[in-house]
Amino acid sequence: MSQRSDIRFLLNGRAISLPSVAATDTLLDFLRIDQRLTGSKEGCAEGDCGACTVLVGRLTKQGLRYEAVNACIRFVASLDGCHVVTIEHIRGADGGLHPVQQAMVDHHGSQCGFCTPGIVMSLYALWMEVAQPTARQVEVALQGNLCRCTGYEPIIKAALAVSEYGTATADYLAETRDGITEQLQELRDGARVVTGPVDNQAIVPADLDDFAAVLVENPQATIVAGATDVGLWVTKFLRPISPAIHINQIDALKRIEVADGAITLGAGVSYSDFLPLVQEHFPFLLDYWNRIAGWQVRNMGTVGGNIANGSPIGDTPPVLIALGARVTLRKGMERREVPLEAYFIDYGKQDLHAGEFLESVTIPVPSTAQLNAAYKISKRRDEDISAVAVGISVTVQAGQITDARIAYGGMAATPKRASAAEAALIGRPFGSATFEAAAQAVATDFQPLSDWRASADYRLLSASNLLRRFYMEHSDVDQPVRLVV
Amino acid sequence: MNKHDTLPPLKGLVNDDRQHDSAVKHVTGRAEYCDDIAEPMGTMHAYLGTSTVAHGRILSMDLDAVRAAPGVIGVLTAEDIPGHNDISPTGKEDEPVFPTERVEFHGHPLFAVIADSRDAARRAAELAKMEYDVLPHALDPLAARNAGGTLVTDPLKLERGDVTPAMEAALHRIRGRMEIGGQDHMYLEGHIAFAVPGEDDDVTVTSSTQHPSEAQHMVAHVLGVPSHAVTINVRRMGGGFGGKESQMNLFCVVAAMAAKKWNRPCKIRPDRDQDMTATGKRHDFVVDYDVGFDDQGRIQAVDSVFAARCGYTSDLSGPVTDRALFHADNAYFYPNVRLRSEPLKTNTVSNTAFRGFGGPQGVVAAERMIEEIAYKLGKDPLEVRKANFYGQPGDSRTLTPYHQEVEDNIIDRVVAELEENADYQARRQAVLEHNAKGGVIRKGIALTPVKFGISFTATWYNQAGSLIHVYNDGSIHLNHGGTEMGQGLNTKIAQIVADAFQVDFDRVKITKTTTEKVPNTSATAASSGSDLNGMAALDGAEQIKARLVKFAADSRGVAEDQVHFLPNTIRIGDELVPFNTLVKEAYMARVHLSAAGFYKTPKIHWDRAAGKGRPFFYYAYGASCSEVSIDTLTGEYTVDRTDILHDVGRSLNPILDKGQVEGAFIQGMGWLTTEELWWDDAGRLRTHAPSTYKIPLASDRPREFNVELAEWSVNKERTIKRSKAVGEPPFMLGISVFEALSMAVASVADYRECPRLDAPATPERVLMACERLRTGG
Repeated sequence: MSQRSDIRFLLNGRAISLPSVAATDTLLDFLRIDQRLTGSKEGCAEGDCGACTVLVGRLTKQGLRYEAVNACIRFVASLDGCHVVTIEHIRGADGGLHPVQQAMVDHHGSQCGFCTPGIVMSLYALWMEVAQPTARQVEVALQGNLCRCTGYEPIIKAALAVSEYGTATADYLAETRDGITEQLQELRDGARVVTGPVDNQAIVPADLDDFAAVLVENPQATIVAGATDVGLWVTKFLRPISPAIHINQIDALKRIEVADGAITLGAGVSYSDFLPLVQEHFPFLLDYWNRIAGWQVRNMGTVGGNIANGSPIGDTPPVLIALGARVTLRKGMERREVPLEAYFIDYGKQDLHAGEFLESVTIPVPSTAQLNAAYKISKRRDEDISAVAVGISVTVQAGQITDARIAYGGMAATPKRASAAEAALIGRPFGSATFEAAAQAVATDFQPLSDWRASADYRLLSASNLLRRFYMEHSDVDQPVRLVV
Repeated sequence: MNKHDTLPPLKGLVNDDRQHDSAVKHVTGRAEYCDDIAEPMGTMHAYLGTSTVAHGRILSMDLDAVRAAPGVIGVLTAEDIPGHNDISPTGKEDEPVFPTERVEFHGHPLFAVIADSRDAARRAAELAKMEYDVLPHALDPLAARNAGGTLVTDPLKLERGDVTPAMEAALHRIRGRMEIGGQDHMYLEGHIAFAVPGEDDDVTVTSSTQHPSEAQHMVAHVLGVPSHAVTINVRRMGGGFGGKESQMNLFCVVAAMAAKKWNRPCKIRPDRDQDMTATGKRHDFVVDYDVGFDDQGRIQAVDSVFAARCGYTSDLSGPVTDRALFHADNAYFYPNVRLRSEPLKTNTVSNTAFRGFGGPQGVVAAERMIEEIAYKLGKDPLEVRKANFYGQPGDSRTLTPYHQEVEDNIIDRVVAELEENADYQARRQAVLEHNAKGGVIRKGIALTPVKFGISFTATWYNQAGSLIHVYNDGSIHLNHGGTEMGQGLNTKIAQIVADAFQVDFDRVKITKTTTEKVPNTSATAASSGSDLNGMAALDGAEQIKARLVKFAADSRGVAEDQVHFLPNTIRIGDELVPFNTLVKEAYMARVHLSAAGFYKTPKIHWDRAAGKGRPFFYYAYGASCSEVSIDTLTGEYTVDRTDILHDVGRSLNPILDKGQVEGAFIQGMGWLTTEELWWDDAGRLRTHAPSTYKIPLASDRPREFNVELAEWSVNKERTIKRSKAVGEPPFMLGISVFEALSMAVASVADYRECPRLDAPATPERVLMACERLRTGG
């Protein structure tokens, strides 16, 4: 296996080769400071405002795919073999304004203009996927873009009108597709990349086995998948992460297998990658899935990372625990499998040995007797960290609850099952009295904290009410029990 | 048919839907903000070191490790200040650049580190070793009151009539309290200043500021040099909202000090966390109200106290708390009234201007009293609102608590039209019927009015200047004292000037605002940008026009009334002369083609000690109607529909004004719903970035959103083209969402009582308010 020290990617219309990239070098600083491409703005440096949104094109099984990402928390070392497209590269067929840009101008979609380049990029990414989006699709695409001036109405109108100004298939990036694909394929030389100064080093393993080996050699390394958390360690907390091992380019970790009544996804599968499977196999989860962060973060962030970092407020662990997911942990060539709930030991402590990493997650496909739900409560509906999140899976046979798995996030130091509430359900008839008892049992399961997201009282009350909601949603209440957007 | 009838009509004149003059630059990323300017060689970067306690005496400050850090050039502390260690915007001398004895809030800037990169400066700033004698702190108004109630500035009392007997005589009386949270500006572009040293004492600072003249004054004051040595430039801001009226002073001063000390350019840009912790926000208020009223819900007497979290200095808290009182009546006539402000000192960042400038808090309190009355009497709150509206001249219901006559009242018509257009009555009925079914999802609807006074209450700020050059090719260069922060001020002013000269919009170019061109300007604030600067620009244009008219008449031997400005053309007698040609001729004849314009608002005066006067030139009006749904299991909600009718007089640019109305509504809604500032017990602000502080997203806007301007409205006063100010008034339209949420909550107890709901009405507050009603708590 060969090794090199330069990071190679395409930036707009040209090839870039950087001889030394530090682990903490971000794409946004590279664009703004080194390249003087100042169209991408820094609004928050934490992936929440979207002013720095750029497109990153990468080769996937389905071919070259461009995604909107936050340049502020994207590490340069993770871009090896990618095509970065910034606002400066966007143009129309005649070299004038691009359809997205013209629509924004004509619908008065900018006021102060600072968020505008990022919004243009997100809308462009959407337009490449959906030529005639609905207003709801536009909202979902803009979950990661803040605008403080317009109130969004003119931006939505612009987004709905883009196709009046041009066709996506005749678009500049569509037309250069084959050429870019070829160039990106040439960049994929199968080499391991080790780059940056020794005290701020980034490693891009050649493949999965190489990753396993590199990690055994560097057990203290920071594993970076989507960088949507690690990025903030650097931009907000100035924490060293060296050596950082970037795993976002490892194809084997992006694999999704559907077999034997279970779905296994590699640790590098992003939320967006997994969305089609949510639609197909876990339709109850769709609304919830689209409330995880914003679109850019869903394009970058991975389910594996959401689990591996051990946060008590990650959005996926509660529902995955409820579904009975298991994780495969690997060290070198050795693997072991543990139930997901067992992976979380305590705050900041997981069942993960030195040199070991989370390789995949296996989620059983629910049986037909299983009733499932995932609920999230946050101050703001979209792009917010949950105050309380819950996954509920209840098996009902002949009117009796035979199994119940309920897991909460935001209620304890780890994502945690509500064992008293589960016990109140199992073996009892599926009815309001049973769920009332379970709802009341939540108070014995948890002693949540008060913080800026919610008070302990609110967490407890809403957590128990979510069990009441679950019952109503799965019984004959003839009124809606949940708000629809 | 006259020849000029065939002239192609001009586009982009006054009243046209002209797009923002930077729109194309915005969408292409080519609009240049302060941080985008290419840095000259040798540019240094500054970063602030801040306190880690909320209140304490500084025992020692050891900066050796900071100085020794890689890339560090030096540090600046209070000892390095060549002039005055003071940046208080109202001259109270209560706000040092860097404190010397005492830190007064968690995050208080103590020193600046200067390094050869921003990253190096940031890292070094963390290395200070501070020792404090920690003192007790008071974070909020009630804690401050309990700790002795130190005020940062003189309180205001507004009084009219005889409150005590009127209150006692009233059939009904309600006393209540409402807590109203603050708000972070969350402009997308944070604070920034970039200073370049010049010869002598000179320094030029580019900044993202709404108030270049104040920044100039502060830099001169701190450097100990005359104002003529300091130039402040601002091309555009990535949003301001009041947050850049006084709060950029610190950054301008630090950059300028470093630039002069090391004779190198210096830039300072805090990260979002520091921007949000170290700079001020909208004031939180605790309002105690006491209201007496009759069976019809007509208010007899109001007695209220407005206690504000001002932070550790006065900053703009005096005028902000004054304006809260000026708007504590909203659109309602109080026959007897006593309003008092309590501008309390707290160990938090010093609060500052924010769109509405205290007015929104006053209006929220007024609307809460109306709701209280309505629930008490079992009436539709809209009925109570209407019963209390100000009257028309001559009907003895026009006098405000500050003794100004309301002469231009149009609230009845605005509200009546909105009630009709929004189909309020039928929809309220449907909401009541929905709620009567008693499900988990409850609905609420509310229609709330706004009346907002326009003018700076500091009368001397109501002046503006402009500088116009007509070049001999016929192109026009314009500067004025206002700043562009997204509101489209430059677009409107270019329209005014293009209209005055009857030329194409594109012929007029407005460049960066600079203290070199127009001196002694006021902040672009108080919604005054177009009113003041538009008039000043028009004055300049009229001066040049008058010279052109005289020249044209003299040169053709016709009377001056035979000279008319037609599209890109001047008709002189029967002759049509292209604008360019006449300008060239005038130049050759040595006509002065440059003018400085000036404007001061007439009629206004204010005697603060007496609490009497006419602080406002006129009022802007509006109303909004919102319908919401709440989930009574979780407190989550959606805004299902909002209808707005808003008064901008005769609009200078309807599409830009509509953009202001929509954006202000959403920002006002955010303030009252999801935008929550949360301090921990140690006094640390824990909601200090968009990850924790939640402004509205696209998906939070009303599912149906109908916004109309009151096209029939014409300003009764002689404002620029009879338009009205638009920046702040529509912010308060967001209150309809809050009151609709309150109604949905009230349905839980069959509207028997007005829910105790404080702002912001987060899902938590909504659920807990439901819970209190359900449990009778």
